[in-house]
Amino acid sequence: MRLEILDSGHGFSTKALFALIRTVSRQPVLDVIKLVKYRADFYGEPMGVITQDAMRGPSTWSVGDRELMAAFVAKANQCEFSTKAHSAVAQGAYRDERKVSAVLSDLDSASVEEPLRATLLMLRKLTREYAVDMNDMRAVLAAGASRQQIEDALAVCFSFNVIGRLADAFGFFVPGPKAIEAGAKYLLARGYR
Amino acid sequence: MSDILLARKALARRILEGDGKASRSERRAAFDNSGLAEPLSSLVNKVARHAYRVTDEDFAAVRASSLSEDQIFEVVVCAAIGEATRQYDMATAALEAALRDETRKDEHAARNPR
Repeated sequence: MRLEILDSGHGFSTKALFALIRTVSRQPVLDVIKLVKYRADFYGEPMGVITQDAMRGPSTWSVGDRELMAAFVAKANQCEFSTKAHSAVAQGAYRDERKVSAVLSDLDSASVEEPLRATLLMLRKLTREYAVDMNDMRAVLAAGASRQQIEDALAVCFSFNVIGRLADAFGFFVPGPKAIEAGAKYLLARGYR
Repeated sequence: MSDILLARKALARRILEGDGKASRSERRAAFDNSGLAEPLSSLVNKVARHAYRVTDEDFAAVRASSLSEDQIFEVVVCAAIGEATRQYDMATAALEAALRDETRKDEHAARNPR
């Protein structure tokens, strides 16, 4: 990582927690964990409340749908870490590897429900062009997504617009498949707090 | 899902108005991506607009301008949250406009049955 404080500036109890994580998971501690645990009152804790609600709070989108949105927004932001990490979580949640790969490689031809496809298209435009307008929202509503579903999707987009930017700015190491898989299992079992 | 408005406000209040190593004006400028001097303005703009292009050299330049690691940490966090907030606010405003437009059309159709 580009800041030493994020690698090794944590307090004693957090370092002990990292040692425990390394022992139990037999994987290095992911940089995203190091980030949220560094001066957690400034960023990690208040952001965790938002991300937990967006990703695991009540919604008519499934956990798999929301993790797919996270991976999709990450891909639109060209963030390799978050794309890989949340593709793995979405695959685990859906128990369907092909669906996630198909959406990320070619949304137009992927076999997904129309409200989800239209929502992902809108999120991609927002992320790439930093803007959407009334007509973009009309298209999502016309495809069958409800107001609440769109608001829920925008909450996911908010979280991953933050997390992806921080991953790339701070230079997160992109771990191998085993560490990604261990992280995905943790997020599915425990969520974002 | 509960409304994340309150949680987003709490986050913004913490990073912009709470205690920090960077000044409140620097954190606010990073959040707004506006009004910062070089080299910090370049780093903040990259974080906001295309974070994947941030380089070690961007960080080295900011360090050389005598910012501490904690100050850089705070400024980068503010830049990321600021851009995400602008996108979120713009999208929710577009959604409100689309819903108002639908309601107007429905009312017009009810008043003018064919």
